[in-house]
Amino acid sequence: MMHYFFLYTGLFLCLLMVLSLYRAVFGPTVLDRLIGANAIGSKTVVLLVLIGLIYKRVDMFVDIAMAYAMLNFIAVLAASRYFQKKKGLL
Amino acid sequence: MDIIVAALLIIGLVFFTGGGVGILRLPDFYTRLHPAGKLDTLGSLMMMMGVAVFNLHNLTLGALLTSLKIILIVVFIFLSSPTATHSIVDAGLRAGLAPWTKKERRE
Repeated sequence: MMHYFFLYTGLFLCLLMVLSLYRAVFGPTVLDRLIGANAIGSKTVVLLVLIGLIYKRVDMFVDIAMAYAMLNFIAVLAASRYFQKKKGLL
Repeated sequence: MDIIVAALLIIGLVFFTGGGVGILRLPDFYTRLHPAGKLDTLGSLMMMMGVAVFNLHNLTLGALLTSLKIILIVVFIFLSSPTATHSIVDAGLRAGLAPWTKKERRE
């Protein structure tokens, strides 16, 4: 029974990621797209652990989730350092 | 135990929903960063705590280490998410984007 609960929680999380994807695609500025990408990444970390619970291999998927959290952080930091000029922002 | 896990997961989903709606509907880049910075962190905390509690069903050393690793992810998110938010705000300020005011309603 908890198996189905985790499954539907993951599906709802995917729906919320589609909601954030709208901002990442149609955002007026580059930084808006960056906000959308950051929100999708922070939802993906939770989703990976939920996938690990569904497959009953949490010990493996936790490491993947941690690597993804670090990768998301580095990507957002590097992109926001790059887009500091007004040129090409709008 | 299952009720605690379900409650924690649902509370986390409520926070994530608030963050998603805030990112969609708020008018400006700075205001959009406000739900994106806070609500995603708190939703991650709640859902990861739910998963860590569910993982302790059969109490072995491996399950305890896995739960500890999940809590380590939460600590890392608590360190990294404000840093990323501050970095995006800094990029917007240095690029000279004007904050949204009620008078000049563009779009």
